[in-house]
Amino acid sequence: MTVSTTSANSSVKSGWWNSRTFRRFVRHRLAALGVVMVAVLTVACVIGPYILPYNDLYIDLRARFSPPLTGYHFLGTDPLGRDIAARLLMAGRISMLVGFSAMILSTLIGATIGVVAGYYGGRVGTVLMRFVDAVLSFPSIFLLLALAAFIKPSPIMITVIIAITSWMEVARIVEAEVRSLRERDFIMAARMLGLSNRWIMFRELLPNAMGPIIVAATLTVARAILLEAYVSFLGYGIQPPLPSWGNMLNGAQQYLQSAPWLAIVPGVAITLAVTSFNFIGDGLRDALDARSDLN
Amino acid sequence: MTRYILNRLGQSLVLLVLVSMIGFAVLNLAPGGPLSQFALTPGMTQADLDRISAQMGLDRPLIVQYADWAWRLLRGDWGRSFRDSRPVLDVIGGHFGATLLLMGTATVISVVVGTWVGIKGATKRYSIFDYTATVGAMVALSIPTFWFGLVAIYIFSLKLGWLPAGNMYTIGDGSILDYAKHLIMPALVLALVDVAVWSRYMRTATLDVINQDFVRTARAKGMTPRRVLMKHVVGNALLPMITLAGLQVPTLLGGALVTETVFTWPGMGRLFLDSLGYQDYPVVMGLLMFSAILVLLSNLAADLLTAFVDPRIRLT
Repeated sequence: MTVSTTSANSSVKSGWWNSRTFRRFVRHRLAALGVVMVAVLTVACVIGPYILPYNDLYIDLRARFSPPLTGYHFLGTDPLGRDIAARLLMAGRISMLVGFSAMILSTLIGATIGVVAGYYGGRVGTVLMRFVDAVLSFPSIFLLLALAAFIKPSPIMITVIIAITSWMEVARIVEAEVRSLRERDFIMAARMLGLSNRWIMFRELLPNAMGPIIVAATLTVARAILLEAYVSFLGYGIQPPLPSWGNMLNGAQQYLQSAPWLAIVPGVAITLAVTSFNFIGDGLRDALDARSDLN
Repeated sequence: MTRYILNRLGQSLVLLVLVSMIGFAVLNLAPGGPLSQFALTPGMTQADLDRISAQMGLDRPLIVQYADWAWRLLRGDWGRSFRDSRPVLDVIGGHFGATLLLMGTATVISVVVGTWVGIKGATKRYSIFDYTATVGAMVALSIPTFWFGLVAIYIFSLKLGWLPAGNMYTIGDGSILDYAKHLIMPALVLALVDVAVWSRYMRTATLDVINQDFVRTARAKGMTPRRVLMKHVVGNALLPMITLAGLQVPTLLGGALVTETVFTWPGMGRLFLDSLGYQDYPVVMGLLMFSAILVLLSNLAADLLTAFVDPRIRLT
């Protein structure tokens, strides 16, 4: 990720917070921070479970509700005596994987619908975009829960329904972008060369709309991780014993008084991950779109 | 203006039809379709299921079933709850007030706080305040609402003991103060995301207005900055915010669902989850449609309100 370095070396002037340069610098700093945090989280989730002394599924009823820093239970244990640190990292694998896969799937759906709607325009475009509006009329959590209750809640199905409820943003962005690109000369040239519509849409238009798509995709990861946390917290997402950040919080409320770490630890992990992706998305938006610099 | 209104109404109608189609599709996704409730009854044979299916009209073509379903939806016949056989609309109506109270309070909080933060950020651009508000908003958008609720309960109910941890009122104490005490924490938790969104948009809108000619003219006339802000900037910046308020309704409804769960607030969101737990699909479907219609109506209301307030639309 090169975003972090571009304007980072411009030196700080008098009234140091007062300049646009500083603002840009800070924004990129935040994006850099986001990249570092995501990297750290990823490495920890991939390697961590091999290093920790406990398995995430090992039940030790004598060690139930150990507070953080008891022996080698760095983050304490849960109501079954399982090590929270181990569960947190394994949960991170699943939550982030679901977030990423849902992002890829929803970007594919959204970009396809957006490019078709934008390129053909007219009746096809109107119908497709009205459909996007209609899906957006449902509060996504309501739709997500209704769908989740109807299916077998495997991680793959959860990923699919998260994608089904979050592709609309991308579709709108791509449609708007393609609609403006459509009239440009290079598309006219492509048409005159006799290239097929499919080639023009996926080889000419989509690559030129890549900037906004990347930004939207990054923000979609954040959104997907949050949505997974919501459904799993409510008991309709990833099912135990498979841990996810959301389902670790499921049931934490009843132990809030006696074992607050059960609620605090996974929540901090979710917030960290989601904030990081939002920071990266925001930084990318600044880097890829000169207009956003104006405000 | 009449033309604009008619146009907008037509749009909403088209959306309503599309929304109902999606709703119908989801309904038919239920395992075993609408018959699932009977399939689990002991002693149920395939012949019985077929008979019920014919009775309920499920053997008709899908398009006929949809038309029938949509027509009953329009007449207010939304089916009956599996749980207590009450009409779905009555069940929803019994929970709607609590959600409206919660969402209304949260909206007021976020409009007041968000507007203030946004204007202050725009007028003191690139100040430490502006910077903190921008980053703060991004973090606020990243915190899971339910977790924020848990943390708030931990701090304000368990540790400090200032506020009740849940429910809408204390049994036997129906005073307004008691309601307010129960309302304030969930409303603030629900408002968090909205404050963040509102302040960011308000900041952009204010910056847009500040750079316009009439503001420069007002300043050139020698008006004090404060009066320029109050008289010329704020009103104009708030105009696009009406649309935003409408657009925020789905987010707010989703947030209300989790907030109500954490704070055991007896609203629509908790009803939705309870009904899911009981596999009470008529109520689940009813709430899904109800919330989507609510979103459509609030967007319509926001656009019409903007049209009435904004002379640029009103006079065309």
